[in-house]
Amino acid sequence: MIAMDSDRPRSERRRNRALGSTLCAVVVKVLLYAPLAIATLASLFPFWYMIVLATKDRSHIFAVPPPMWFGDSFMQNYRSLVAQIPFWRNMWNSVYITLMGTSLSLFFCALGGFAFAMYRFRGREALFRAMLGTVMVPGWVMIIPMFILMKKLGWYNTPRSLWVPGLANAMGIFMMRQYIASAIPPELMDSARIDGCSEFGIFWRIVLPLIRPAIGAHGLMSFTAQWNAFVMPLVMLHDRSTYTLPVALRSMQGIASVDYGAVMVGSVISTLPVVIVFAAMSKQFIAGLTRGATKG
Amino acid sequence: MTGELVRRSYSWRMKAAPYVFISPFFILFLIFSAFPLVFSLHLSLQEWNGLGPMKWAGFKNYAYLMRDPVFWKAVWNTVVLMFQSAVPQHVLALTFAFILNSRFVRGAEFFKAALFLPYLTSSIAIALLFKAVFSMRMGLLNFALEHIEAIPLMGAILKLIGLSPPVNWLGKACYVKTAISALLIWQWTGWNAILYLAGLQAINPDYYDAARVDGATWPQVFFRITLPLLRPMILFAATLSIIGSMQLFTEPLIMTDMNGGPGMSGYTIAMNLYQVAFDWMYFGSGAAISWVLFIMIFIFSWVNTTILRGDAEEERI
Repeated sequence: MIAMDSDRPRSERRRNRALGSTLCAVVVKVLLYAPLAIATLASLFPFWYMIVLATKDRSHIFAVPPPMWFGDSFMQNYRSLVAQIPFWRNMWNSVYITLMGTSLSLFFCALGGFAFAMYRFRGREALFRAMLGTVMVPGWVMIIPMFILMKKLGWYNTPRSLWVPGLANAMGIFMMRQYIASAIPPELMDSARIDGCSEFGIFWRIVLPLIRPAIGAHGLMSFTAQWNAFVMPLVMLHDRSTYTLPVALRSMQGIASVDYGAVMVGSVISTLPVVIVFAAMSKQFIAGLTRGATKG
Repeated sequence: MTGELVRRSYSWRMKAAPYVFISPFFILFLIFSAFPLVFSLHLSLQEWNGLGPMKWAGFKNYAYLMRDPVFWKAVWNTVVLMFQSAVPQHVLALTFAFILNSRFVRGAEFFKAALFLPYLTSSIAIALLFKAVFSMRMGLLNFALEHIEAIPLMGAILKLIGLSPPVNWLGKACYVKTAISALLIWQWTGWNAILYLAGLQAINPDYYDAARVDGATWPQVFFRITLPLLRPMILFAATLSIIGSMQLFTEPLIMTDMNGGPGMSGYTIAMNLYQVAFDWMYFGSGAAISWVLFIMIFIFSWVNTTILRGDAEEERI
């Protein structure tokens, strides 16, 4: 192949190659960008349509042809929403559970991951395996005993029943361990000790600031998991006033005909925080996630 | 003397520290994971409605389950939904991961974020939206289908695959699973794409350079280098999909009803479990369902692992 090429005059060869490569580049660009554009549209369209439906009144939502552009009934739908469920109360419950769960889970996971990554101690491998084994156990196996346990503890129908169990997050510790093992050189431990740093001080003052990407990635995962949680809150909460947002929105569906305009207003408002947080930190988040997932 | 003391206290602290650091996890783990796990197994062998004393039932709960046609219907639905949603998801995710990993794509960060966003949104909010779109007699989807039908050849194709509009998506048994799968594919493709992208980025570029030097063709590079090296990530992502889809609950619950819609075709194992345990208060039977579910997840994961690993062995020989 190479021998044949070199038999031809050099200029013709170069011209052919240049022509071929521009054509090739155009084809490649179309092949790469067309699927991406379609996927991006498909990913984002439901968000946009959710907002469209939130601004339409009942008769317009089910009109033919279907609504494609914004209407002017947002406030009317909003009033209908807050009349049907204690929306802001539910919002507060979601915020409280999410913040408590996320902040404490970040702390414990980073601490546990730090211990597994930077110390050699008796039983480390066995404990690590036991911890990872729990990832395989489906949540549904726990749900009935958890319900009974929460009733016995007197935690049933309280926010505690939702954020405390989530603190034992094996996946979180695993991700943190992977990241810390790849990001922190072991020599750092000894030099910190020589400088008079306590063991917890090493974690708090040296390691935590260095693992910010992992904290961000795990923080967002934990935040969305808590914010969107539905099954556990459905089982643990039984008052309209203790409901979290997902359960409250679901409760509006119980009525024979669903007030979609109002439900969509609730959905939009409850989706916004996640979209905003993600938009602000998507780059670091995806970088942290891909790095944590591949190392080790 | 003091030096010795300091050193000893140092080493003691170094030895104790890791145990202290992992203790919060293990204490919580004992209370909220280990205990429920054991208790759930115990419960599955009892007859109990939450009040009064438990009654020993032996394997009666399991025996009943094996003969319960509703349970088997739920198992069938769950498995069909798993394949119907996971296979397209992973094919699409791999494709997008390759595209996003290519050197020629500009603005990859934006595309990654856009693809990943559905994963982060509330299943409830989005399932309610999909339900609205699918349940409209003349909704967006049927509207689009009608326009596609007007194109000469497309009409025949639509008729062939049984999608002549208006399709009664949530009112007819044969379409319910398709509607649920569409939602699942929408929500999970981006997550898998990011996983695969992470896998692709972890492949050492030296391999590609070496292949180029040796004059490997493009398909050779793909089948001999990329795919085998990506296999651990495929295994990981597929296992997560199995664990997740076998426990499917929220999406079918919202899009159909607690009883799974027409012909119960959206009724999953988890919905069966919830109904038995929390609507009818048969805690023993519910616990038995959860253990059968656990075993099924284990078997599927094991089969999946053997298939993917088995291939890897062959390739090496």
